[in-house]
Amino acid sequence: MLAFVWLTVITALRVLGRNRLRAGLTMLGIIIGVGAVIAMVSIGEGAKQAVQKQIATMGTNVIMIWPSYMTIGGVRGAQGGAVTLTVADALELKKRIPILSEAGWLIRSTMQIVNGSRNWNGPVHGVSPSYVTIRDWSFSSGGSFTQTDMESAARVALLGQTVVENIFEPGEEPVGAIIRIKNVPFRVIGVLSPKGQSVQGSDQDDVVFIPFTTAERKVFGTLFLGSVGGVFVSTERTEDLADAAEQIRQVMRARHRLQGEQPDDFTIRTQVEIGKVQEGTSETLTVMLMIIASVSLLVGGIGIMNILLVSVTERTREIGIRMAVGAKRFHILIQFLIEALTLSVVGGCIGILFGVLAARLTTVIAGWPTIISSDTVAVAFVFSVVVGLFFGLYPANKAARLNPIEALRYE
Amino acid sequence: MNPLIVGEDIWKVYRVGDVEVQALRGVSVTIERGEFVAIMGSSGSGKSTLMNILGCLDQPTKGRYRLNGVEVGQLRPDQLAEIRNQQIGFVFQSFNLIPRTSALENAQLPLFYRGLSLKEQRTLASAALQRVGLKGREHHSPTQLSGGQQQRVAIARALVTAPSLLLADEPTGNLDTESSQDIMGILEGLNRDGMTVILVTHEVDIAAYASREIVVKDGQILSDRATKGRSHAVGA
Repeated sequence: MLAFVWLTVITALRVLGRNRLRAGLTMLGIIIGVGAVIAMVSIGEGAKQAVQKQIATMGTNVIMIWPSYMTIGGVRGAQGGAVTLTVADALELKKRIPILSEAGWLIRSTMQIVNGSRNWNGPVHGVSPSYVTIRDWSFSSGGSFTQTDMESAARVALLGQTVVENIFEPGEEPVGAIIRIKNVPFRVIGVLSPKGQSVQGSDQDDVVFIPFTTAERKVFGTLFLGSVGGVFVSTERTEDLADAAEQIRQVMRARHRLQGEQPDDFTIRTQVEIGKVQEGTSETLTVMLMIIASVSLLVGGIGIMNILLVSVTERTREIGIRMAVGAKRFHILIQFLIEALTLSVVGGCIGILFGVLAARLTTVIAGWPTIISSDTVAVAFVFSVVVGLFFGLYPANKAARLNPIEALRYE
Repeated sequence: MNPLIVGEDIWKVYRVGDVEVQALRGVSVTIERGEFVAIMGSSGSGKSTLMNILGCLDQPTKGRYRLNGVEVGQLRPDQLAEIRNQQIGFVFQSFNLIPRTSALENAQLPLFYRGLSLKEQRTLASAALQRVGLKGREHHSPTQLSGGQQQRVAIARALVTAPSLLLADEPTGNLDTESSQDIMGILEGLNRDGMTVILVTHEVDIAAYASREIVVKDGQILSDRATKGRSHAVGA
C-alpha cells in the first residue's frame, strides 16, 4: 500500500512535470488564493493587535464616566459642557459599589507651559493620584505625586514625553526642574513613560498632570468647586465591567435625582465596549478580505477540476490499460486524487511563501504591522488540501467509473 | 483437474438506442490447461466480444462462464479486476503500453496493483523482460522501441504475474512479417512451457501456430477443430 501511494505520487509528479506550463497555470488560482488568505489574515491580525495595544493604554478594566450635555431652555450644550459630575460623585461610587477597586477623576484645560526660553501649548490635566494608577501610567524617571500633595495643593507636575521633548533640551534632566504653567511655578517630580496614540488617535504623551486640587484652586479656577471633567473607575476583574457600569448608572441617577423618563446627564463607557467597537471595524475588514480570498480559492479549485477532467479524457486509454492489468476503481480514484492533491498542495505551499512575502513587504513598505501565525499557515495548508480533495473527487470518480472495454478502445 | 475455461451457452446482447444487437448467441466452449487456441472470424463476427468475456473485461448477458473453477458471471467490477490481475495476461494489437513510461515500469504495472514491494516488482519485471529478449532495454520508453520490441514489452507485462491464461488479441496486426514471427515464436515458447494461450486473429498463417482453431461467425461457433500446430510439427 505504501509502495502504491509512493509510486502514485511519483507518477503524478512526472505527469505534472511533463506539462509544467499547464500545471503552473492551474496552480495559479490556489497560489493566489492561499497567498491572499495568508497576507490578509496577517494584516488583519496585525491591525487587531495594534488596536488591542491602544486599548490597553487606557488602563486595566477601566470605566469612564463623562458629564453629558446640558439642556437649557431647549438648547443643548456641548458634550461634557455641563457641570454635573463632581468629586463627591466619584467618592460615593467607590463607597457604594464594592466591586470598584479604584476611583479617580480629572479636570482638563489647555495652557501655556514654559521652561526657560521654551514654551509649549498643551493639555494640562488636574488629576487625583488614583487616576494615574487607574490609567496604568508608569514613569521613565521620578514618580507620581501623593495624597499629601493633593491635600496641600502642592505645585508639582508630571510631564508626558511629548511635552518633555518640546520644552527641554535633549539630555536635560526634567525631574527637579521648575516649569511655569500659566505663570504658576511647578516642580517637575516625574516623567511619564510614553503610551503613544490613543484609540481616538490623539497623542497621549502630550500631557501634563498636576494634582486636582492645585489645578482647581491655583491654575484653572472654577465656578463650581468639586466639578470634574471625568471620572475613571476600575474593577478587579474584566467580567465585572458590565455589572459595575449598570450599578454606576443606578447610583448616579439616584444621586442626580433623575426621574424615570429623564435621560442620563452622564455617559458611561467601559474599556470592553470601546474595544469591541474598534475590533469590530478591523474584524469586518478581515471577514471581507477572507471572503475575497475564499472566492479565489474556489476559482483555483475549479481550475484544478477542469484540468483533471481534461487529463482524464486524454488518458482514457491509459486508464483502460491499467484496468485491464488489474487496477481496481479505488486505484484509479487514488491516482487522480493524488494528482489533484499534488496540484493543490504544491500550489498551497507556493501560496504560503507568497503570502508571507506579501505580509513582510506590507510591513516594510507601508509600515503596517503584520502577524504571521503558525495557525494561519496551518489553516491555509489544510484549506489547499481540502480544495484538492473536493475538486479532485469528481474527475477521479469519473475516471474510476470508466468501462475498461470502452476505455481501451478510446482513440 | 477441471478445465481452465468452461463457457456454457454464453449470450451477449447490446442495446444501441432502440436496436438490440446480439453479439454472441449461445457460445459454449471448453478449454483445457496448456492448450494453444486460435479464435478466428471476420470483423463483427463476435470474436472480440468473446475475447472480452473470456478475459473478464466483460460479463455475459446470459449463460455461465467459469474460469479456473470460479463463476465469473456475477462478480462485481473490482472482483473482475482482481481476477484479471491474478489469472490473465493481455496482449493487444496496438501494444497498449503506457506512454512516456519505461519498459520496466510497464512490465511492473500488474505487480504494482498486486501490492508487491518495489524491489519484488523490479526483480520479477526484469526477469520477464529477459524472458522476451529485452535485457538491457529496461529503461527505454515505448517510443524508443520498435513495434516488435513494444509488443515484447506487452508480453512481458502479460506474463510477469505468471497468469493461468494469456489472451492475445491480434498480437501481430501492427507488425511486419519478421516481427510477427518473433512474437509468435515467443507465444509458442510460452505455450510449450505450459501456459494456456488464446489467440484472436483473422490471419490464417498466424492461426496456424495454434493447435486448435475455433471459428466464430454471427455470434456462434462455426467450427472447432484440432490442427496440427506448427510447434508440434516442428517438435516432431
